[in-house]
Amino acid sequence: MGDEKVAIEISKELVDKVAEKIEGTSIATVEEYIELLLENEFPEETEYTAEEEELIRERLRRLGYIE
Amino acid sequence: MPRPHGGKLINKLTIAALIDKRIEEAKELPKVDVSTELRIDLENIAVGLYSPLKGPLTKNDFDAVVDKGRLSNDVPWTIPILLDVSEKDSEKFKEGDSITISSNSENFAIIKVEEKYGWDKETYCQNVYKTNDAEHPGVQKTANMNPVLVGGELELFNETPGVFPQYRLKPEETRFLFKEKGWRTVAGFQTRNAPHIGHEYVQKTALSFVDGLFINPLIGKKKVGDFTDIVILESYEALIKNYFLKNAAILVTLEMEMRYAGPKEAIHHAIVRKNYGCSHFIVGRDHAGVGSYYGPFEAQEIFEDYPDLGIAPIFFRNFFHCNKCGGPQNDKICPHGEEDRVNYKGRVMRQLLSEGKYPDDTQMRPEVTEAILKHKQPFVE
Repeated sequence: MGDEKVAIEISKELVDKVAEKIEGTSIATVEEYIELLLENEFPEETEYTAEEEELIRERLRRLGYIE
Repeated sequence: MPRPHGGKLINKLTIAALIDKRIEEAKELPKVDVSTELRIDLENIAVGLYSPLKGPLTKNDFDAVVDKGRLSNDVPWTIPILLDVSEKDSEKFKEGDSITISSNSENFAIIKVEEKYGWDKETYCQNVYKTNDAEHPGVQKTANMNPVLVGGELELFNETPGVFPQYRLKPEETRFLFKEKGWRTVAGFQTRNAPHIGHEYVQKTALSFVDGLFINPLIGKKKVGDFTDIVILESYEALIKNYFLKNAAILVTLEMEMRYAGPKEAIHHAIVRKNYGCSHFIVGRDHAGVGSYYGPFEAQEIFEDYPDLGIAPIFFRNFFHCNKCGGPQNDKICPHGEEDRVNYKGRVMRQLLSEGKYPDDTQMRPEVTEAILKHKQPFVE
């Protein structure tokens, strides 16, 4: 995802709940947690080169996973 | 589809152009021979199944995983992946050296040694297995492990084809496959059994709200009396062919040792499925448990401690056939009493099958039974 940030307002109550939930985890901030949730909802596509893509597609086809 | 655990899919396989060079280099380095199980673990690191690990754990990570169930950078990780060597072997090299890893005298990887360190097996067992009871298979295994641990980055130049190469996919391949199939959400289902109706019910319940089902049997060492690997695969093929919509489920094997670490292992299993590209992971009763070391739902409760896991668990409690409802049910939805419930008992079904008999249709699909009974010896002897 890009580095540019925008501000979004959400309820303080929700922010407090998230802060409590992430305490002691690898997620340092509420923003980070919400970004993680949204990234899972709108993930970045894995990049494959055309050559990699063809090799994988061919193997999957050979094994019968795709037609 | 979730991002790989830790953010990036690890690839520690030697590129094709350098394989011959690495084979030659490996001949000149100090050598450590490891078990088949450890070789599989190292392969799993190399192909990205254990992302973000790049090799066996270094001390900082080892301590953090044992103490907190997280890597030193706080990323969730619950099962330490260790390279243990004898005192004698450890004297053959120093930190900063590269060593060759072999198994059954076949060289397959090079590790750049970052650290050599000792470990306290008692604390390890208590924190990972929640017990030091010598009867626990994980404790037994730990007792037989070597006293020196080696941490460092791995490069794998000799990959095994796998026990069933036609069913073995790398995470980069499953992720591609999910995309090709248009599956945005995928539920991972782990198994070590041939499917009975209860399993099918769990899978189809999950499938009702995700795009695809990823059936992922664990292949490897099994206990006497377990279904053999080939029977598990063929029985699942029969189930998928006869009872699933086309393009709804795929069958891929996972070669990985069972640790019987209950809750800690349930998190590990979820992480591996996340790396495959699953958005959800099905966790049943006493997942990865053995004996009575863990509470029946401990492997579900532990997910509360990992809100940052990045894969959603789907919990199932007890399921059974209800005579009054006339089909598979679970205790969250069926109002009837014990007198109407018939539990799916794997042990009873295995007993019938071992006598060449068909379990009741309410317990196992006839096509699945046929696939099992096609084998003269469907169980591990």
